[in-house]
Order: sequence, then C-alpha cells, then structure tokens
Amino acid sequence: MTIEALPPAGPGGGLPATDPAPVAGTTSRGVLRQLVLGDRQAAFGSLVLAIFIALALAAPIISPYSPRGKVGPVYAPPSSEHLLGLDDGGIDMLTLLIWGARVSLLVGFAASLMAMLIGGTVGILSGYLGGRTDTVLMRITDYFLVIPDVPLMIVAAAIWGQSLLNIVIIIAVIYWTSTARLIRAQVKSVREQVYVKRARALGAGNIRLIAKHVLPQVTPLLVANTVLTVATAIFAETYIAFLGLGDPSQISWGKLIQNSLSGGAIFSDAWWAIVPPGVCVTLVILACTMVGQSMEDALNPRLKVGHLSVHRFRLRRPPLKAGAE
Amino acid sequence: MRGADYVVRRTGAALLTVFVAITLNFVLFRAVPGSAITALRCFHCTKQFKAALEQELGLNQSMWQQYTIYLGSLAEGDLGTSFTDHRSVWQNLKEPIMNTLPMLVIATVISVVIGVAAGVLSAWRRGTRTDRLNTWTALSFYAMPTQWIGLMVVFYIALRFGFPVAGIRDPTLGILEEPSTWTVIADRLRHLALPALTLGIGLYGEYALIVRSSMLETLGEDYVLTARAKGLKNFNIVWRHGLRNAMLPLVTLIALSFGYILAGAIVIEEVFSYPGIGLAVINAIDQRDYPVLQGAFLLLTFAVIFFNFVADLLYFKLDPRVTA
Repeated sequence: MTIEALPPAGPGGGLPATDPAPVAGTTSRGVLRQLVLGDRQAAFGSLVLAIFIALALAAPIISPYSPRGKVGPVYAPPSSEHLLGLDDGGIDMLTLLIWGARVSLLVGFAASLMAMLIGGTVGILSGYLGGRTDTVLMRITDYFLVIPDVPLMIVAAAIWGQSLLNIVIIIAVIYWTSTARLIRAQVKSVREQVYVKRARALGAGNIRLIAKHVLPQVTPLLVANTVLTVATAIFAETYIAFLGLGDPSQISWGKLIQNSLSGGAIFSDAWWAIVPPGVCVTLVILACTMVGQSMEDALNPRLKVGHLSVHRFRLRRPPLKAGAE
Repeated sequence: MRGADYVVRRTGAALLTVFVAITLNFVLFRAVPGSAITALRCFHCTKQFKAALEQELGLNQSMWQQYTIYLGSLAEGDLGTSFTDHRSVWQNLKEPIMNTLPMLVIATVISVVIGVAAGVLSAWRRGTRTDRLNTWTALSFYAMPTQWIGLMVVFYIALRFGFPVAGIRDPTLGILEEPSTWTVIADRLRHLALPALTLGIGLYGEYALIVRSSMLETLGEDYVLTARAKGLKNFNIVWRHGLRNAMLPLVTLIALSFGYILAGAIVIEEVFSYPGIGLAVINAIDQRDYPVLQGAFLLLTFAVIFFNFVADLLYFKLDPRVTA
C-alpha cells in the first residue's frame, strides 16, 4: 500500500484509518445503503445470499417432493418432473438441495455468530484493557491460530459425537481468532481517540465507555467479519460432513457431496448428483466473500489497497510487527 | 548479529506452543465421554479384556499420573500403540506420511506456478477484462470445496482419460515380472498426478490473489518507475524488479497455509483412496483407534507449528524492514 494513498492524519493525531472522519458509510445504515446502491459486486453477492436464504426458509413449502421419500429409480436422469434428477436413494435432487441449504446456512450463520461473540469479546477486552490481559488473551489467540483447523475439527467431532450443535460449537471455537485480532486492533485505536478520552475525563466508567463509545465504532467491522466467517464455516461444514462426521440425520450440502462419493454417482455417470451441491457451496461462499469484502472496504478504505480482505479461509497474516510485542 | 535475539525468541515461542499442543492433545483425548475404551468399537471384546486394556493403557490412574506418563513416553519418542493392530503408532503412520509428502510438494509447485502466472498477468493487465476474468476464476476456485474439486476431477478427467482413481500403485504391477525402476516411478506418478493437481487447483486461487495485490503494490513503487524510465523491457520490469519483491508475501503465505494444505490433502486422499496421512486419520476415526488419531493429530500440529516458525524466520530473513 502506498503512503500517498492515505488521507492526512487528523488533528487528534490518530491513525487515519480509524479517524472518525465522515467517510461514506461508517455507520451501519450508511454501509448498507452503499452496499445496495453503490457496489455492483456487493449487490450481486447480497442477491445470491438472499435467494439462498429465502429458499432455505421456504423449504417445506416450495420443495417439490419429500426429502426422505423415494420417488423414482436410483440415479434417474433429469426430466421435466425431476429437474435435477434423482440421487442414490431415488430421492429428488432439487428437493435435497433446497433442504440442504437449510442446514448448511444454519451451521454457517450460527457458527459465525458464535465466533463473532467469542472473537468480539476477546478482541474488545484485549484491546481495551491492554496490559497483561492483552498479552494473555493474544497468546491464547496465537495458540488457536497454530492448531491445524481441520484435523482438530475431525478429532473433536469424532470424540464429542456428531450432533449439529457440536459441529457449530467446534467451528466457532476454531474460527474466532481472526475476528479477535481485527477487533483488538480497531479497539486499540478507538480507545485513543480524543472523544473517548474526553468521556473518560468526564467520569465515564469502563463499561459505559465500551458500550457507548467503543462498541458502536467496531460493530460494523464485526458484522463484516461475521459475513466473511459464514463462508469459512460453510466450507468447514462440508469438510466435516464429507469425512462422515456430520449429523447423520441432517441433509446438508456437505452431506450431499459425500453421498455422491459414497453412493457411487461417479461410476453411474450421474453428474446431476455431483455437480449441483458443489455449485451451491461455491456460490454462497463467493457471495459471502463479496458482501463481506465490500463491507470491509467501505468501512476501512485503507484496506482497499492492502491484501487483508483478499484472504479468508487460509491466510494467517504474517507477523507484520514481529518483535514489537 | 542482526536477529539472533529474534530467532531465540521465536524458537522459545514455538517450543512453548509445542508444549501447549501436547497438553491440549492430552486433554482433548481424555475428555472423551466415558473412556476411550468404552468408545472402542469392538463387539467381541469382553469386559475383562476391556479392563485389562484399561490397565495396560494406564487409564485407571489419576489424571496427573497419566499426564506425566504421557509426557515421559513422548519424550522417548513413543506415541503409543494402535488399538487395532498393536503395532506402534509411529509404525502405523510412517508410511502414510511418506506417501503424502510427495503429493504435498507437487501440489504446492503446481499451485505456485499457476498462482504466480495468473497473479502477475492480472497485475500487469490490471483493470482490463483479462484481469477481471482472471481474478474471478481465482476467486471461484478459492471458494470451491476441495473434495468437490476432487470429485469433478475424477468424474471429468480421470475416468475419461484413463487415469487411476484409487490407490497409490497398480496392483497388477510386479505379478508377472519384476518391474523396472522406471515403470514403478511412472506408475507412482500416474497415481500421484490427479490428487496433486486437485490440491494445486484448490490452492492456486489464494496465491493468485495475493501475488496480484502484492504485484500491484510493487509495480507502483518508485524503482519500477525508474526501471521503466531506463527503458528496460516489460519482461525485465515485471519479472526482475516486480516479482522478486512481490514474492515475499507469497513465500511466507505458503509456509503459513501449511495447515490448510494439509486439510485439503486429507479430503483429497479420501476421494482418491490415496493411502496417505488423511486416509490413515479417517480409518482411525472409523475404528475409534484413539492412539493413532492422537498421534496423527500431534504430528500434524507439530508440522504446522514448524512451518509457522519457518514462516516467521523467512519473513524476517527476506524483509529487512522487520525489526527484531
């Protein structure tokens, strides 16, 4: 990122990125407006997400067949009655996809909400309190960053059993770390803002300062990060389900991908059982990435040129301030 | 010497992490509801046998005793004994690890080559249709579940072009006559090619995006302008002046994303029935073979910690701006 791209530092001497200057869309509503009107990428992403969420919610009404009932021969090809053909149990693929959206999106949103709660709390405490609390919390965060995520998910799912709730908890416990780091950095700079100092001088307590002054400043970023985590969580769910560690009674896209391998769709030449679930996962992950990235960009123009928002699932950021700890 | 202090501190941190990982590994596997023995899938095991096994594994002792015993045996390099075949865990895992390694290496090479090419092209033609197409392709591949890419590769490439879709070597090889070294190697490569390609495709997207943004930064630097003013050829500007500096984030990223590469390898091995560490883990889960699972998890964690450590050091070595 080039230095010239930065706006001049505000009179408070704070970092430009965190200066509460009226950048378009630093409030939640402003961000939303900008998303829908300004940014084609975000508009497309929101549209895709909205469609899938609507499908998931309306599954019992709109799904043409029962997700458990055999309605025809095994691996019957697509026809006018069954637009996407039948799977290895003779169940309508389109119905399965719609019902799969329910579980996949539920896991995605629930896990990332939980991750946001953990990460947000850790980030705010760490950034606001600083000192020893900060050191301890960041050490813990570092450990979680190093643990190989998928093997841990496998082990945890294998040990604690295969319920949906367990999977949500496991995913959340693994993916809160990047949220915590991001929020911590943000809180650290908000804390030093003049208006926060002024409020403290006027006698505001820690709880009031966090609730009234810090939280509103970091909430939009937290939301953007949550949307990005949804993608990660859905991805993780497909891994867990694929390894046969998902809830066996639930239909999810990950389970459908697994079915196509275990049911031998490949050797039955049944592309309709293999391709659609993966396309759905890819679309939703792309949509979440687009929406989340646009929100991050809108909130923090400095990120635009950086590569922070390009990463998600895999990138653990290099220790930029190695040794500064 | 610059950085001796830094290296020592990083090493200390890495060792501490290893210790925490060992402890976590211990706690995780002792937190099994009931005990590891009751969860064991073994239908004809009698109560007495299970009690004897519990005795043998020391599961009837106090937690603290178990912990010290565990640390002690780890210090001797003993990862435990498999429940299923009574060989040591290391013996069980050695061969799978050796099978997985070449796949990881080839996949990384494939992903870096495609990723760098795509990223550089995108950055050089920034804002054009080529750039957009390239970036979108990269983003899409990055969003695809790895196991699904594997299934697509099997379905659309392997079956149509006659590649093997399971295992690591041709079972008929060596029955009629002793195969020559070249046949063995060629056979091995044929079995390796598609799993490695799948993993490479799954990884390249992120690399391309990183190379692109890092190239864009570099191409905006003054020395690139100087190079252009000197009248250097585009090729020289991009590859010599641009890429060399833009590679820095990529090099560390590769080391840092080792955990992710492993994750991809695990599901891909399941798709291709490739007898690597991933398949070993999956089999261990199926048979509730906790010692093997625990050992594999510990080794994987060590590997990730190690590569994170390497990334730290590389970053420090390659970028003189990082201060100790």
